Amino acid sequence: MIRERPQSFNEVPMKERLTIPRQEMPEQDAVERSGNFLEVNLGLTPEQAVIEAQRCIECKKPTCMDGCPVSIKIPDFIQLICNQDFIGAADKIKEDNSLPAICGRVCPQETQCEEVCVMGKRFEPVAIGRLERFVADYAMNHGGSDAKTIEKPEPTGQKVAIVGSGPAGLAVASDLIKEGHEVTVFEALHEFGGVLVYGIPEFRLPKVILKEEVASLEAMGVKFVKNFIVGRTMTIQELMAEEGFDAVFLGLGAGLPRFMNIPGENLNGVYSANEFLTRSNLMRGYDFPEWDTPLYRAKHAIVVGGGNTAMDAVRTAKRLGAEEASIVYRRSEEEMPARNEEIHHAKEEGVEFMNLVNPIEFISDDQGSVVAAKCLRMELGEPDDSGRRRPVPMEGSEFIMDVDMVVIAVGNGSNPLIAQTTPEIDTNKWGNIVADDDGRTSMEGVFAGGDIVSGGATVILAMGQGRKSAIAINEYLRTKVGSTS
Amino acid sequence: MYKIIKAEFIAPNVKSFIIEAPHIAKKRQAGQFIILRVHEKGERIPITIADSNAEEGWINIIVQGLGKTSAHLNTLETGDHLQDLVGPLGLPTHIENWGTLVCMSGGVGTAEALPIAAAGKAAGNRVISIIGARNKDLIIAEDRMAEVVDEVRISTDDGSTGRHGLVTDVLQDLMDEGIKPDMIVAIGPLPMMAAVSNQTKEIGIPTMVSLNAIMVDGTGMCGACRATVGGKTVFVCVDGPEFDGHQVDFKELGSRQKMYKKQEEESHKCFLERQMKKMKAEEKKAEATS
Repeated sequence: MIRERPQSFNEVPMKERLTIPRQEMPEQDAVERSGNFLEVNLGLTPEQAVIEAQRCIECKKPTCMDGCPVSIKIPDFIQLICNQDFIGAADKIKEDNSLPAICGRVCPQETQCEEVCVMGKRFEPVAIGRLERFVADYAMNHGGSDAKTIEKPEPTGQKVAIVGSGPAGLAVASDLIKEGHEVTVFEALHEFGGVLVYGIPEFRLPKVILKEEVASLEAMGVKFVKNFIVGRTMTIQELMAEEGFDAVFLGLGAGLPRFMNIPGENLNGVYSANEFLTRSNLMRGYDFPEWDTPLYRAKHAIVVGGGNTAMDAVRTAKRLGAEEASIVYRRSEEEMPARNEEIHHAKEEGVEFMNLVNPIEFISDDQGSVVAAKCLRMELGEPDDSGRRRPVPMEGSEFIMDVDMVVIAVGNGSNPLIAQTTPEIDTNKWGNIVADDDGRTSMEGVFAGGDIVSGGATVILAMGQGRKSAIAINEYLRTKVGSTS
Repeated sequence: MYKIIKAEFIAPNVKSFIIEAPHIAKKRQAGQFIILRVHEKGERIPITIADSNAEEGWINIIVQGLGKTSAHLNTLETGDHLQDLVGPLGLPTHIENWGTLVCMSGGVGTAEALPIAAAGKAAGNRVISIIGARNKDLIIAEDRMAEVVDEVRISTDDGSTGRHGLVTDVLQDLMDEGIKPDMIVAIGPLPMMAAVSNQTKEIGIPTMVSLNAIMVDGTGMCGACRATVGGKTVFVCVDGPEFDGHQVDFKELGSRQKMYKKQEEESHKCFLERQMKKMKAEEKKAEATS
């Protein structure tokens, strides 16, 4: 498909563009922020955004779009920023991505759009993520446009139930409401957003941003129902047969947290990352006793794992007042799955990294609370199935360190609720729902996407899967009308 | 918001709530629980459903005011609303015709044992209920239990009513009378369930206990409620709440229940101080207007 090139509003001569430095985003001071839960990144200024946008060299074949799981029209929105039409730029993004303020914050741009930016081959890539964040925030603070300019589509009279209000579900809701379907999102918890509200901390994604994004979907006509567990409060069959839903999308998210199956893992003070972060983020445990949910404030906390969740947990522990908060990771920093930015921020805030170390036992006091971790030092051997070098324990390297809190952040299994209550839906040996590329499951009219299918990935990948499912659901609903009329 | 249709104290510090919840009432089975939040800054606590009515669209829970949240909950009256309510959660009780079923309950556990006793009776069992409490005033739901089972026996720690002793003593009495239970269900405080499980393990009677663990989400996402059963870690919210009492590591669960003891005391103290202030302010206001 030949793409029409956007109108260029960039008046800076091509050669000069190469000499403009990539604009740094202002941040909260590292020492100060390690004691509060306010957002770390402060966002580009309008002047910075225009300068950054002017660095775009308007490639004939813009590869950046290929790097985006939801194919945002990146060159177009960047040109609109050059023209200082920030709200127009936000609307351009929203044609493909309903949650730009969130994705501008949590997407791993360095391995997606920015990794393939042509500028990045010889210079630094255009800061696409920072620009996305800037225009989304700008639109939000200036009344946005959203529901006001988007014309209400002709109602189809067809009903879609979306199970889970995380990134996959919100993406599907946004796409299907624009098609004129009646869309209802069911959420098990008492707030909307899924992992965006219980998992990602305030200092990376302020809740007010999420609330705004949900409110804008609500303004478009999406119905949101909280405290409703599909599978328990009502089954999928009942939603379809009794409540008249024509299609269902399952965006349940990751489930049961994984543990290491080592002695002492059920001691007091040993948390799964899901629990620790949920207590802090969703339940606001960091404001205890003003808020009712208690949370450990450790002196010496360790977080086991090397992903983004581990970074969120360790930085939370630090903010809760830990004198020492350390990452314990069995491979080296090179193999860490966490984003560079998160690792960098954690280090700035005083987090220590104990790489090539693996705990083998947690030791308790006489009250059943964790007081120490027994660990082994590791070295890297031959590559394993994942292509990363396999960590191997070093002989005689056992050591014990004092800790009063442990957070296990080694991934999630799948949620068993749907498998327990809907045998018609096939699951694989890990309990994940089996779905084709477009999200179709083994049950007619039921689609699935996000972590419940993939087993654990990023916000934007879940959204990408959601958008693919939305196309398939729309197609399904069209043929359904055709066959019944 | 979820309306409280009726709230009344049924024993000192123990309150019964009838709550409007049509979806939950329609679905719930014996042994399942709900999670609720009292107010917008509240914690999520699990409570077993004692009774429900699908036609009238309500559920019944019985709450003992022990910590901050339950004490706060027990200040709510008829017509008030809960912030959040979700359920039914957990696996329903497995019921079959075992022969003779003995339901042993302590404290508010009796309210939770009620639906299981009723379901057991409906399945054809001879059902004997053993209710235990510290004293006469703390025996709850005795009449309701008597309506659904073949026989109710009572024990109190101080002998103020029923047999002077523990529920385990009453079970021993039954055995001495030649009654051999085929199945035991024990619901109550952990030490009581542990004692019953110990006793029945020795004499070889299968025993099911309903574990009350600390929970956050209640849908298998966080893992706060993990316990060790048969040497394996289980999540009480999705694998339970009922387990083989002979396999449960009660010591570990006991210490996990005390995980936030200090914080809970702090929170409870804050709450009581606030209540006291409120009362004093109201008193002053009343004085001023009189």
